[in-house]
Amino acid sequence: MSKKLLKLTVNGRAVEIACAPNQTLANALRDELNLTGTKIGCDMGTCGCCTVEVNGKAKLSCLTLAHECEGASITTIEGLNQYQMHPLQKAFAECGGSQCGYCTAGFVMKSHALLAECPNPTREQLKEELAGNLCRCTGFIKIYDAVERAASELREKAPVEPAPATAR
Amino acid sequence: MPIVRTKGSTRNDHQLNKGIWADGESRAANPLAHTDGNEPGFNVVGKRMPLKDAYKKVTGEGVYADDMRLPGMLFARVLHATRPHAKIKRLDTSRAEALPGVRAVTIGADAPIRFGVLPVSQDETAMAVDKVIFAGEAVAAVAADSEEIAATACNLIEVEYEEMPAFLKPHDSLKKVASPEHQIHDKVDKNFPGTNIHKAVDQEFGDVTAAFKAARSTPSGTFMFEGVSHGFTEPHSVLAHWDADDRLFLYTPQQVPHYTHLALAKVLEMDLHRINVVRTMVGGGFGGKSDPFPHEVIACLLAKKTRRPVKLTMDREECFLVNRARHPSEIKMALAFDPQGKLIGMDSDALIDGGAAGSFGVVSTYYNGVLSNGPYYLPAFRYKGRRVYSNRPASGAMRGHGSVNPRHAMEVLVDMAAVELGLDPCELRLRNFLPEQCLTPFHKFRITSNGIREGLEEVMRLSDWKNKWGKLPYGRGIGVACSFFISGSALPIHWNKLPQSTVHLKIDMDGGIAVHSLAAEIGQGSDTVLAQMVAEVLGVNMDRIHVRSQETDLAPIDLGSYSSRVTFMAGNAAREAAEKIRADLAAAAARLTGQPAQYFDFAGEKLICRSKPNIAVTFMEALHEAQVDRGALCASGCYVSPPLGTEFKGSNAGLSPSYSFSAYICEVDVDPETGFVQPVHVWAAHDCGRALNPLAVEGQIEGSVHMGLGQALTETMRYRNGQLLNANFLDYKIPTPYETPEMDIVIVESIDPEGPFGAKECGEGGLAPIIPAVGNAIYDAVGVRLFEVPMTPDRVLRAIEEKKRAAK
Repeated sequence: MSKKLLKLTVNGRAVEIACAPNQTLANALRDELNLTGTKIGCDMGTCGCCTVEVNGKAKLSCLTLAHECEGASITTIEGLNQYQMHPLQKAFAECGGSQCGYCTAGFVMKSHALLAECPNPTREQLKEELAGNLCRCTGFIKIYDAVERAASELREKAPVEPAPATAR
Repeated sequence: MPIVRTKGSTRNDHQLNKGIWADGESRAANPLAHTDGNEPGFNVVGKRMPLKDAYKKVTGEGVYADDMRLPGMLFARVLHATRPHAKIKRLDTSRAEALPGVRAVTIGADAPIRFGVLPVSQDETAMAVDKVIFAGEAVAAVAADSEEIAATACNLIEVEYEEMPAFLKPHDSLKKVASPEHQIHDKVDKNFPGTNIHKAVDQEFGDVTAAFKAARSTPSGTFMFEGVSHGFTEPHSVLAHWDADDRLFLYTPQQVPHYTHLALAKVLEMDLHRINVVRTMVGGGFGGKSDPFPHEVIACLLAKKTRRPVKLTMDREECFLVNRARHPSEIKMALAFDPQGKLIGMDSDALIDGGAAGSFGVVSTYYNGVLSNGPYYLPAFRYKGRRVYSNRPASGAMRGHGSVNPRHAMEVLVDMAAVELGLDPCELRLRNFLPEQCLTPFHKFRITSNGIREGLEEVMRLSDWKNKWGKLPYGRGIGVACSFFISGSALPIHWNKLPQSTVHLKIDMDGGIAVHSLAAEIGQGSDTVLAQMVAEVLGVNMDRIHVRSQETDLAPIDLGSYSSRVTFMAGNAAREAAEKIRADLAAAAARLTGQPAQYFDFAGEKLICRSKPNIAVTFMEALHEAQVDRGALCASGCYVSPPLGTEFKGSNAGLSPSYSFSAYICEVDVDPETGFVQPVHVWAAHDCGRALNPLAVEGQIEGSVHMGLGQALTETMRYRNGQLLNANFLDYKIPTPYETPEMDIVIVESIDPEGPFGAKECGEGGLAPIIPAVGNAIYDAVGVRLFEVPMTPDRVLRAIEEKKRAAK
């Protein structure tokens, strides 16, 4: 299929890429922008490995067409790690929330979007929010530990009110 | 999380060993045995620490095979068989070859040499040759400029099949075939010609008939287990490149690069040294990436034809079809208990569905029987195992290989005996555990360290077992189960005299310590644990250690990451190599200070004189002195299992230098209206010798519990007419956070006398006990026994209703 130009902001940088109309956002990020931190585990929206943020909301990039994102602002796992590691990334490493690592980007991005809306989630909220992401290694326990640790660190760092709903 | 130290672990195990090895005084002198009663203060070993590659993984920097791009790279897709068993009457690739953008097409005739992971089961080809033996088998493959073109080309390949009777139920495979061509493979078990029986094992030891005659309780059952899948999140993906120097590079997420290396050399008829197998990051293995695979050969064939890099990434459905996961099986088992609750006999008959290839199946067939020799003393043993070929995707090794299904049967039967004898199921188990420092009666498994008693007692205490078992309200229940597992198979599958693990160390003047090993980091933390051991021996910080465990070109041979062998075997090798370097550094420190070399302790990046702590040299000073006239320090360490076992056919199966033990208790809610089972809490005790990295050990056990719960409650591969129906994560149901309970992990440290720093396995043994613990908890909750796994709501509900009907 012939490719068409598409304008996006990816990890804070304006980019223009050529994508086929049927190209998924996951493939566009990986193949056109070489952002291979976003993983494809099932390519049908069942594992959550490909989760990225589109305008601040967690989205499955394998179920999102690149051209749906015209003008949107995308954040990938690489975008959290600009100049220094994000507390979520550090916590996933240090709490054992990442074993084989293949699902990790998806979990980190999903958690990142969650903490923006809900800075102090309960275990129940975590279970509910992370239920769409599959991890075959950890049994999820250390993933909750990681998100909770990062959440607490982020709350200490920025003891400001959570962003008002209109900002989203 | 509690760590329980067993009483025996502080004893001088060298001395104790001498009593039990009838013929083997020399074994106790194993120079690697470490525990000497004086606990050394460790600096690195035993500390919770992140995996060495964790930061790469959390930032997205880690490179998995599908993330790789090489200049001029082509993309491959595979055409799969649509019939379970059929002759290929016509295979026409001409339309595919004519499609613009297609660079090469390959078919089975291009590589008819057979391969397989076990030397005794060389029954696989890269693609179907003359006939297809399961729906999903590779028939042809295309390399093209894009994945889309390759996929389109696959659809242009014309295949005409002539269907043959398909063997889809394992019972059918036991029978004599009507015509030789109906045999799925021409080579079958030599005692059963003309059938589809791949491997038959018959073992009988002790007087089983007398045991059952003398028994007070003889629980029995026929247990059905459906197939489950590894469900690793990273799909199979490989990249092959036949470069200008006429060398083949295969980048592959392999648990065992060495076996792939051997298989490629055989199939492609090449010298081993012309092939470099490079392990990329492995996005989950669990046994599912430990066979040499047809798709690995296919990528190499296409790379050879095109002389360009070829990447072959499978979709999720294809991963399910590659399979090699846990064998579906039917196990008829009976146990015999005397009036005091002593286990006095076992009679087991396992029919195991191997699918269309041998894979690890010969081993699985033995394991289904012999791994019932623990954790209980078993004085009479009868086992009949039949692994059959069928026209379904091949079964193979999956976490807890061969031990998981029979373990469920045994533990449920133990529970039934407890009820019949009026005993607490935990008490019954405590009466039957093997002791430390013993040999099992017939197979002569050498139990060195054993912390199961401490483990069970601790989870009983934590779970408040005594106040819960038999006392919870209808619908809530608690169950227990125990298990044990090998810590590395003592006998290598290639019968040669090479070490099972070799590790090379190299330290040059920069002070970085390169650890070369072919033990595969698959997310379990093998790189980390090797680095920890080297850092501990040399008294340096972890950031000096660089583990290079990727390439067959650079790393010494290691049998890889399966059978829970890495910590024990590669660990002992790494430790031995580090000890050699340590001796060199100590000698250098002696030259620099005039103090005797043996007086130096290594800690905190220093070599400190024990008797005069003010005399010390830094690691770097000692290193540079040691390098004078010599250059880089290099050392090699290796591990070979001690001679073990006894002499009868198949007696090598199940032998291991050490065994791990697990004791699990699980509490569940069962909804009697719907049959839905919700695990509420798991208390899991696992004896891993010494926990070298408790964070990673917990992660392994938590992951094992999660994976085992999937098999217990939801996961099953469903087939109709040989077609896999649910080859995706929507219909193949892995437990989500909702179905995963909270867990208390108890690490039991029995400090193994031969394990490196006293360590043994923790990656696999923790899976098996959760399934029967759930089954036994369901019984405690609603009074029904389930003989079919997974214990899905419909089955639970049917059992509840049958019980109600029977009561009327």
